[in-house]
Amino acid sequence: MSISGQAFLAGAFEHPGRELPDESLAQIHATVCLGALADAGLTMDDVDGFFCGNDAAGAGWISMADYLGLRNLRYMDSTESGGASPIYHVSHAASAIVAGKCSVALVSLAGKPRTGTNSGPGPLKVPEDGFEGRMYGVAGATSTYALAARRHMHEYGTTSEQLAEIKVAATIHASHNPNAFLRKVMTVEEVVGSPLIADPLHRADCCVVTDGGGAVVVVSADVAASLARDSVKIMGAGEAGKIVNGGKTDLTYSGAVWSAPRAFEEAGVTPADVDYVSIYDSFTITVLMMLEDLGFCAKGEGGRFVQDGALVAPHGRLPFNTDGGGLANNHPGHRGGVTKLIEAVRQLRDEANEGVQVPDCQIALVHGNGGDLGTRMRSATMILGREDS
Amino acid sequence: MTTVRTDSALPVPAPDVNPDTAEFWAATQEGRLLVTRCSQCGEAVWYPRPICPFCHSTDTVLEQASGRGTVYTFSIVRRAPGEWGQATPYVLAYVELEEGPRVMTNIVDCSVEDVYIGAPVEVVFFDTGEGAALPRFRLVDA
Repeated sequence: MSISGQAFLAGAFEHPGRELPDESLAQIHATVCLGALADAGLTMDDVDGFFCGNDAAGAGWISMADYLGLRNLRYMDSTESGGASPIYHVSHAASAIVAGKCSVALVSLAGKPRTGTNSGPGPLKVPEDGFEGRMYGVAGATSTYALAARRHMHEYGTTSEQLAEIKVAATIHASHNPNAFLRKVMTVEEVVGSPLIADPLHRADCCVVTDGGGAVVVVSADVAASLARDSVKIMGAGEAGKIVNGGKTDLTYSGAVWSAPRAFEEAGVTPADVDYVSIYDSFTITVLMMLEDLGFCAKGEGGRFVQDGALVAPHGRLPFNTDGGGLANNHPGHRGGVTKLIEAVRQLRDEANEGVQVPDCQIALVHGNGGDLGTRMRSATMILGREDS
Repeated sequence: MTTVRTDSALPVPAPDVNPDTAEFWAATQEGRLLVTRCSQCGEAVWYPRPICPFCHSTDTVLEQASGRGTVYTFSIVRRAPGEWGQATPYVLAYVELEEGPRVMTNIVDCSVEDVYIGAPVEVVFFDTGEGAALPRFRLVDA
């Protein structure tokens, strides 16, 4: 059974704040949930499906359902897949809608890494403890993504200047976004001249650290048809996990090599049909490798692909992250999945910021990478289209 | 086999030892690096575990590795939180063991600028003081 054309994104809302010292984590979830429902023309009482990850306040979905007063739930899912979680949630919500298990599903993400701490469970005892991570000075994700970047450079001749082109494009887009965390356009020279955090990644190769959040509403075809707002059609979704595989570690590709073909097949389109991409951009190298793995260029060609403004809206060959993405706009809770969905919805409704709206945007791709390019990861790809596409 | 050192320039946190890994960590205190070998399909497996992730046999043994390998990839870490911040710059790396697995580790006992992909390395152990020694690697002549 396919979800293609059976479920729709009817509402999307991104918290306008980037520093929220005076709002609780649960309050940020509430703000974005109310915003997404209002955008759709629905209310909390219409919601019968609820999805959140470990960024939610409390114990899985039940604490937030209690806080929000969601009393009509009949389908709930706390799938935790890192920053890709909301993309998994939309995919799972679509499946649940097709199966008749719910008809209005709310997906929420929020975090306060800038002015507070994310609640949720502490580090779990993982079976690989002692063989990775804290034992060897893994300093956040930058150092492990740097391992992947270094290997990519070694195998394919990718350069720091090519990676910098991705940041430059993101900052050009963010300069059109009044809510963006970074609003100043950077040059390649400024990116490669910023301090090295973990060679070969510079500070400007990294995403921003922001408070905030976002939510989306997934509905059935019947509900979508009843709403005044244009919805966005879910055309296909693909999921995959890339494991370390017993030590046969290969850092030159991601799980997108499996999740993307699954999504394209379900949607019945190819990379050549895509007008706009939202690609989780934790670091510049993440975007470059995803462009290859999603099928927009051959493996090893990512560096050349991003040159010459290919990613810059509105007229680049493949405009990406037109809100400024995690690299320049927003990375709430160290998680980029929901903002990727939200900007794709804006593009397909012709509601992107002035200056970055892609003309006649018909088909968008959303991709999330949850976990670590340097070890194991969860990959989720989604193809979206206009309601009438 | 190498001696276990106590002169680490890097932090030496203790691992979470569990029934899967107790034999591995005990051997590190004797300066021996063990790798899981599947008796069914013959693959070498990292990190240690009693199930083979390739053929899913539970007929596995820990065997001694040569302790030699080459650098698969690396990063010079220049900013880090906590006690690691005092140790920067240091080298985080994957080393490809002669037996096949690529293992996350540090390259030590050298200038960070001397590390390159493909560089031959050998294991050196640092005592955690808590019943285990961490395997790290140092550059050796090709």
